[in-house]
Amino acid sequence: MSDHHPTGIKRWLFTTNHKDIGTLYLWFSFTMLLVGGAMAMVIRAELYEPGMQLVEPNFFNMMTTMHGLIMVFGAIMPAMVGFANWQVPMMIGAPDMALPRMNNWSFWILPFAALMLVMPMFMGGDFMQGQGPAFGWTFYEPLSGQYNKLAFFIFAVHLLGFSSIMGSINIIATIFNMRAPGMTLMKMPLFVWTWLITAFLLIAVMPVLAGAVTMMLTDKYFGTSFFDAAGGGDPVLFQHVFWFFGHPEVYIMILPAFGIVSQIIPTFARKPLFGYASMVYATAAIAFLSFIVWAHHMFTVGMPVAGELYFMYATVMIAVPTAVKVFNWTATMWKGSMTFETPMLWAIGFVFMFTIGGFTGLMLGVAPTDFQYHDTYFVVAHFHYVLVTGALYGIIAGVYYWLPKWTGNMYSEGLGKLHFWLSTISVNVLFFPQHFVGLEGMPRRIPDYNPMFADWNAISSLGGFVFGASQILFLVIIIMTIRGGKKATDQVWEGAEGLEWTIPSPAPYHTFETAPEVK
Amino acid sequence: MSASKTIKMLSRLLCTALLFGPAVAFANEGYDLNLQPGVTEVSQMQFDLHMLVLWICTIAGIGVFAVMIYSIIAHRKSKGAVAAQFHESTTVEVIWTVIPFAILVAIAVPATKGLLLLESNDKADVNIKVTGIQWKWEYDYIDEDGVKFISQLPQAQEEARKLGSGTDVTTVKNYLLEVDNPATSDDTTDGYIVVPEKKRIRLLITAKDVLHAWWVPALGVKRDAIPGYINESWFYAEYREGEDNIYRGQCAELCGKDHGFMPVVVKVVKQADYDAWIAKQKSAASASAAADTQTFTMDELMKRGEQVYNSSCAACHQPNGEGITGAFPAIKGGKISTGDMAGHINIVVNGKPGTAMAAYGDQLSKADIAAVITFERNAFGNDKGDMVQPSDIK
Repeated sequence: MSDHHPTGIKRWLFTTNHKDIGTLYLWFSFTMLLVGGAMAMVIRAELYEPGMQLVEPNFFNMMTTMHGLIMVFGAIMPAMVGFANWQVPMMIGAPDMALPRMNNWSFWILPFAALMLVMPMFMGGDFMQGQGPAFGWTFYEPLSGQYNKLAFFIFAVHLLGFSSIMGSINIIATIFNMRAPGMTLMKMPLFVWTWLITAFLLIAVMPVLAGAVTMMLTDKYFGTSFFDAAGGGDPVLFQHVFWFFGHPEVYIMILPAFGIVSQIIPTFARKPLFGYASMVYATAAIAFLSFIVWAHHMFTVGMPVAGELYFMYATVMIAVPTAVKVFNWTATMWKGSMTFETPMLWAIGFVFMFTIGGFTGLMLGVAPTDFQYHDTYFVVAHFHYVLVTGALYGIIAGVYYWLPKWTGNMYSEGLGKLHFWLSTISVNVLFFPQHFVGLEGMPRRIPDYNPMFADWNAISSLGGFVFGASQILFLVIIIMTIRGGKKATDQVWEGAEGLEWTIPSPAPYHTFETAPEVK
Repeated sequence: MSASKTIKMLSRLLCTALLFGPAVAFANEGYDLNLQPGVTEVSQMQFDLHMLVLWICTIAGIGVFAVMIYSIIAHRKSKGAVAAQFHESTTVEVIWTVIPFAILVAIAVPATKGLLLLESNDKADVNIKVTGIQWKWEYDYIDEDGVKFISQLPQAQEEARKLGSGTDVTTVKNYLLEVDNPATSDDTTDGYIVVPEKKRIRLLITAKDVLHAWWVPALGVKRDAIPGYINESWFYAEYREGEDNIYRGQCAELCGKDHGFMPVVVKVVKQADYDAWIAKQKSAASASAAADTQTFTMDELMKRGEQVYNSSCAACHQPNGEGITGAFPAIKGGKISTGDMAGHINIVVNGKPGTAMAAYGDQLSKADIAAVITFERNAFGNDKGDMVQPSDIK
């Protein structure tokens, strides 16, 4: 690192370097993962047996709410942006992001947004009664309107939105303007494609979310009645606006994970990705469909039957491009020459378990049965299969895959595999029984339950504790790798292909100052 | 033994312990796995459709996973597999786009039929207005004058479910799935929605404050209760000889602090029993109306008021009247409860919009409101010494 740049705290505060900012994003995300994970442990501990043992009901509601918000906005999304920062310039042969100063700003908004989100938990009266947001991560009106510190939540969401929109603009500008000569759009690595599409989704829906929270703000503090029936407003309107943001948001979290997995599987199968073009089209198709299916989250609100039919048909259609993706990953592995280093294990785990989440997604999309599944633990199981064994598994796979490039050191393969097996067994013990209690009739977001749900809840909690503890191992592995280990080669993986594997490991502070030639 | 070998062994052990454990448990009672078929045409349709889609998913899953697992086993470098280099086939892509689409169409046909059944709105025989209120249900039999009551978790279960109650809830019968009408003495069956068999029951579902959802799995009914909307749902059940014909459910939409504690219980009875029940409800209603014109002594008001306070107010303002700082104001030494009487009556009758404070004017009888206000002004050391009579409540 012969380059001239500040050191110490100033390096991180003032940095405009995509690798530094990527690192900041990833560490921020990991911190949030542990905070949100700790809240999940409180939830599972309270649900370990029937009866209230540990927390007050409102504190429990606050835990589920904050767990959801922190994991979605604090852990998964920033991790994906961290990957984009590190990898997009290196994968397209660009020296940095197109808008480096804005890049700094879009990261540094985040810690303050997170602070504003969690602050109310520690303000006001008795902490144990739950002073923070306790209205669910979906913050449905009118319940959220009853919360007396709503403004903190609203401004935190606004800040998160600014950060996401700026990050997305930056990614789009980088991909459109800074590709190395010869890197046509249809030659871009799939990770870059999925992020390009994700960035457009973000720009389209974050303003909608901002609109929703602004209407909440004026309802609460300035006497408007957008969502208040007593003033001529409409509580269902809130849900339509929220899910117009919320459904694409689901794909914002999963598409980059699709991209990561699509990089990893060909590397360890030593075989090119099967159906590259159809993968790109399927991603675009999923993104498009994500805009026109939002009300499948609202089948029970009392829509006209024609509306319910439309949203059912449109929703189950998503199964087609999603199935195409799973088939393509499978075909990539078929007749490959596979090895199973840690990133590959996580990627294969992703394909298996994301598929399970996809199946339950199809079941939920079938409207008449959704009337039974809706707002039960079946839904909780579904979206955790998609987001934990989907998005989070993609993230962890990506960390193991690129960590040698980032640090110059190989992680411990033995510990990495231990991390995988511990996580994969425990995550299934954690979430699979939740399908059963959901079908049995256990609603979600309840702190206590009839003893008939007790057995599966106890098993689920035990799985949860092991899964939570396993992620401490992940932290240990990362720190060990940063501090030393076997030196990584430039290519790192035998089957790795792409521009990021042509530069030294660890990647120098500045890369591709002269654009590479892509044939 | 190398580290990787140890890890391999460890992971195998874990596999066996964790996966085998639940598998054995399947055989035991209490580990139910599946949706119940329920007792109505709609719930049966939902169950059949659920099983259809579940089987399709299971077969598709087995197919895809089998191919993947075979590939993982056979096409590994350690077995000397050499990577093929094929990476495209339009034919294959078209095939595996069309097949899932065809399966979806096959699902869509019964799903459409099922949805039309679920949403059908033929003429009903009994109409019941269901109102979700934080955290209880109000049932109004709109065809029958004066048959209207509140249904909420019984007081005994309210105590049992408190943090640190010391009660072993596994010994509580129908824990969190039992209801009581707080206006009557502690006879839990008073909180049940009683319906006649072989009649189409229409539910008109709404809410006073925030969203709730009325859900009874066995009847196949789940519908959001939304302020400002009246949603409609229906069921048709038969009396089953030798069974209790009682169907239990819960609120399914997060509605604040006590969302987990607002059950629903429906009882299907024969027509004659239904008629008798309606008659009993009507006579109770006229007794309650008579109380509204009475004048009570302080003692009577305090006694009645304490009962009303515990069933309707204590969830938020707490049994000791101290409220919860930052969320629910204290009654003990509170501004309103020790202030001007008209202001106190106003907030109890009309509520406070934008907060969890509901308008009790149409939930409680005048006698109950008078009693609870009197109680609040004289209990917890407030000792205002004044009294409210039912005639003071407008």
